[in-house]
Amino acid sequence: MTPHRYQWVVPLPQSARGRASLFATLVAGCALLHWSAGGAQLSWGELAAGLPQIADFLSRTLPPDPGILSRLVAPAIETVQIAVWGTLLGIVPAIPLSFLAARNLNGPRWAYHLTRQFLNVTRSINELILALVFVSAVGLGPFPGVLALALHGAGMLGKFFAEAIEEIDAGPLEALRATGARPLQIVVFGVLPQVVTAWIAVVLYRFEVNLRSATVLGMVGAGGLGFELVSSLKLFRYPETATCIIVIAVMVVVADTLSSRLRHAIQHGGRS
Amino acid sequence: MIRIRQLTKQYGDNPVLRGVDLDAGAGEFVVVLGQSGAGKSTLLRCINRLVVADAGELHVAGMDATAGVDTRALRRQVAMIFQQHHVLPRLSVLRNVLTGRLGAVSTLGSALQIFSREDVALAHDCLARVGLAGKAQARTDSLSGGQMQRVGIARALAQRPRVILADEPVASLDPASARRVLHDLREASRGLGITVLCNLHQVDYAREFGDRIVGLAQGRVVFDGVPAQLADADLERIYDGGDAAAAPLPGTPGAPAQVSRPAFVTAGA
Repeated sequence: MTPHRYQWVVPLPQSARGRASLFATLVAGCALLHWSAGGAQLSWGELAAGLPQIADFLSRTLPPDPGILSRLVAPAIETVQIAVWGTLLGIVPAIPLSFLAARNLNGPRWAYHLTRQFLNVTRSINELILALVFVSAVGLGPFPGVLALALHGAGMLGKFFAEAIEEIDAGPLEALRATGARPLQIVVFGVLPQVVTAWIAVVLYRFEVNLRSATVLGMVGAGGLGFELVSSLKLFRYPETATCIIVIAVMVVVADTLSSRLRHAIQHGGRS
Repeated sequence: MIRIRQLTKQYGDNPVLRGVDLDAGAGEFVVVLGQSGAGKSTLLRCINRLVVADAGELHVAGMDATAGVDTRALRRQVAMIFQQHHVLPRLSVLRNVLTGRLGAVSTLGSALQIFSREDVALAHDCLARVGLAGKAQARTDSLSGGQMQRVGIARALAQRPRVILADEPVASLDPASARRVLHDLREASRGLGITVLCNLHQVDYAREFGDRIVGLAQGRVVFDGVPAQLADADLERIYDGGDAAAAPLPGTPGAPAQVSRPAFVTAGA
């Protein structure tokens, strides 16, 4: 037997100081995890004790009740409609904001910081919370859901649109400036052609996310499948709940598949 | 067509142009020859005000291009060709050429992709001049580097400019494509009576294509004459000027050696 056939090639700190700081980092990391676990009340014991209840719940949802399917068609279509308009209305403000929020277009500094902060704030508020706000403002129904998705989506889309703009090649912009083109012309001929595929990919991804969100907006009375989901839960009709969840899962999977195919086609098939 | 007197430009503490005098007549093909860092690009960019000069006289196409000039009016008369061609890869060749018209057409119409039939015909004509008549509808990123640069030339011609500034137009091309590009540029500008100021660092091309050569070193003109007058001593001034002031280390492959090298060796410098 050859004792030294293998060697551990992970780089380890060579100095005593390096070893001490590595040790300190590990201890601090463990302490942070332990502290967070306390706050989050992680308890494997409770999970184990709850397993029978989970099994009981599952047994009561099975088999899913297909009878509710006919009632789910309209809310399912409504969910898609909410996602479509939530995405579209998010794009509208995101486009002008993204031009202000892109550092390389040399807009005014204050406008850059202002739009960046605005996008951060709208992005940081969850759609469900926005939906609650809009439900109290415009009443129950799918429209507050659309508004919630649009506002949250504007923050997301604006940020990603701006990042796409920041990645463009500045050369063509200089070339257009040199022809005497005006700013709008530079945007249309220099910026948009360079960002359009990235933007479409971002929008498609946003639509997927919005569809997922739209399925739960109904929980706060903002339309879509979520309403059926919550009411079946409240009435203890668990087989119906299971059907709702299956329908939601199928919709999301279909949307993901379609949009990722589309994105792939746009990103790789565009070259001719 | 171009009259420059004592033009200076400084970036921070770094003087790039130290009093440049240059004249170019109508329809003349002037090659500006110099090493990287000699100030060639800055000189060209001062002429169309992509860079604003610090001081000096600058008359271009009958306009005083120093201060208070209508920059867009100036840029309509002065087209530019770039080393990295700077065409838009995703647009069709024709639309790239049409962007040369942007300074002259209405903002709204052009933003909606509407151009006059004359402008479209002009764009096709410009493409024919650079041998790309059959490529009008192709996507620009399907072309080779040399073809893209010829799209850049067609875009410049579509401006109907009186002056074309070409900033190292062939620095990233192989010798055959480079010759083709310079040939097309010279023939088109000759045919249309356009003055060309073309930055190059390859002596061969300067001799072959220039009506006149202006040598630039350290932000100063160190040679101005027809290609036949360009002697080895002049080349040494052009290519040594940069390193002489920067005190080259003995034994390093310095600039004087570069003079005798074939042009393509310095092409990537």
